[in-house]
Amino acid sequence: MSPPDARAAAERAARASHGRLVGLLASRTRDIAAAEDALAEAFARAIETWPQTGIPDNPEAWLLTVARRVDGNAARHREVQALAEPEIVRRIDERAEAGPATDPRLELMFVCAHPAIDPAARTPMMLTLVQGLTAERVAAAYLEPPATLSQRLVRAKARVKATGIAFALPDRAEWTDRLGTVLEAVYAIAALSDGDGELLGEGVHLAGLLAAELPREPEVRGLLALLLFLLARRAAGRTPGGNYVPLEEQDPATWDHAAIDRAEAELKAAAAAGRPGRFQLEAAIHSAHCWRRAGGETPWPQILALHDRLSTLAPTFGSEVARAVAAAEVHGPEAGLRLLDSLEAPPGHLAHAAARAHLLARAGRPSDAGSAYAAAILLARDPAVRAWLEARRRQL
Amino acid sequence: MRYAILIYEPQSGFEDRKSPPDGAYWGAWMAYSQQMNAVTTGGAPLEVPETATTVRLREGRRLVQDGPYAETREQLGGFFVIDVPDLDAALDWAAKCPAALNGVVEVRPLMPMTGQ
Repeated sequence: MSPPDARAAAERAARASHGRLVGLLASRTRDIAAAEDALAEAFARAIETWPQTGIPDNPEAWLLTVARRVDGNAARHREVQALAEPEIVRRIDERAEAGPATDPRLELMFVCAHPAIDPAARTPMMLTLVQGLTAERVAAAYLEPPATLSQRLVRAKARVKATGIAFALPDRAEWTDRLGTVLEAVYAIAALSDGDGELLGEGVHLAGLLAAELPREPEVRGLLALLLFLLARRAAGRTPGGNYVPLEEQDPATWDHAAIDRAEAELKAAAAAGRPGRFQLEAAIHSAHCWRRAGGETPWPQILALHDRLSTLAPTFGSEVARAVAAAEVHGPEAGLRLLDSLEAPPGHLAHAAARAHLLARAGRPSDAGSAYAAAILLARDPAVRAWLEARRRQL
Repeated sequence: MRYAILIYEPQSGFEDRKSPPDGAYWGAWMAYSQQMNAVTTGGAPLEVPETATTVRLREGRRLVQDGPYAETREQLGGFFVIDVPDLDAALDWAAKCPAALNGVVEVRPLMPMTGQ
């Protein structure tokens, strides 16, 4: 194998193993930073060694062995030294003996989204620790200077160790709430990935990992379905020239049908449990929007009914805006506008401003619609969305 | 790990202390501290906030004032020190504290000192 191939293979293995190895190395000491340091050293050695020796049969075990040796050698990590190899080996054996072991990444995700961790750090922690993305990459998605994000991550990791957060699945009594914070943190990736398919793919990966470990949790599968629907239609949201295409104008033929099929299967499996929840309902709304695949029309009355249930169960501002749009489709633009205007819009909410402009135009109030579009245009960060809103305004 | 469970109570909580020793208020506290006995390594209830006195030294002068450090709605009413495996276990004990119902219970790790 040529050095560049070995390098690429090492990097692939590093990415693929990152979350599991951080989880295993940090689970006893809770020292995530030390685990990351040791792993970084192990990855560096892999890139050095593998081109000569070839890639080991079990790259992950190789990396773990080297990492724990590095970690054990680091005098500044006294605790790690004290526990050293026997403890890690024992933990790995324990996992092996316990039969189908819990993926260490699952525990790591519960650590990242622990209620004692700053909510703003939870999603970035998952992306960097579990998915092995760099802080620079994640900072770019947050439109934030990398140093700011790194600081937040450092603080959160220090807190895991200082407060003694356990690398373990929560108790039954806390289970629903704790799982909820994990799902929220994964779902937050969707909000970040406007036009960023890579990040949405990372979210699907995280949700898939949760679903594989917790197949009996309907909301987990609902979230996976939801993210798959978003991923399936992401490419269709842009023309080849980069212009924005709203959902209703997308050609279903351009959707990723394999992803939609997978999403439908997850949603069906989730619904079979008979415990509806926010993510299942949102996924069901996306599923309804996909009816056009079979040549039918968008079933707005069903979509509105789903929105009404969502509104009772877990209203969010974004979902209430979507509900108003659905109400306009069923009962006319005035009904939608009444709902929209009854919401207390947080300042600068693009979806709210755009929906209002759209409904005013449909209600035959071009002058009001014009100023509403102007407000929405000011809020649109994405140039393609801005251009689309400007085109709509010109058509008034 | 060792944690301090710091119990902040509203005024009404301090007034409840005047209730009969065999009543619901004291019964709940007795039950709580007995339940936690196996993991408790220290702690004490504190007298009402009005009994507090604060001291600070400024430019060599001792400034003494009556009353507690901060005039907040909830005041520190007592604390436990417990030894449990992790934060979740400590939070579970904090959640069982009778004052969690009307006040605030803070969980804080003890700082590990060299030689411990």
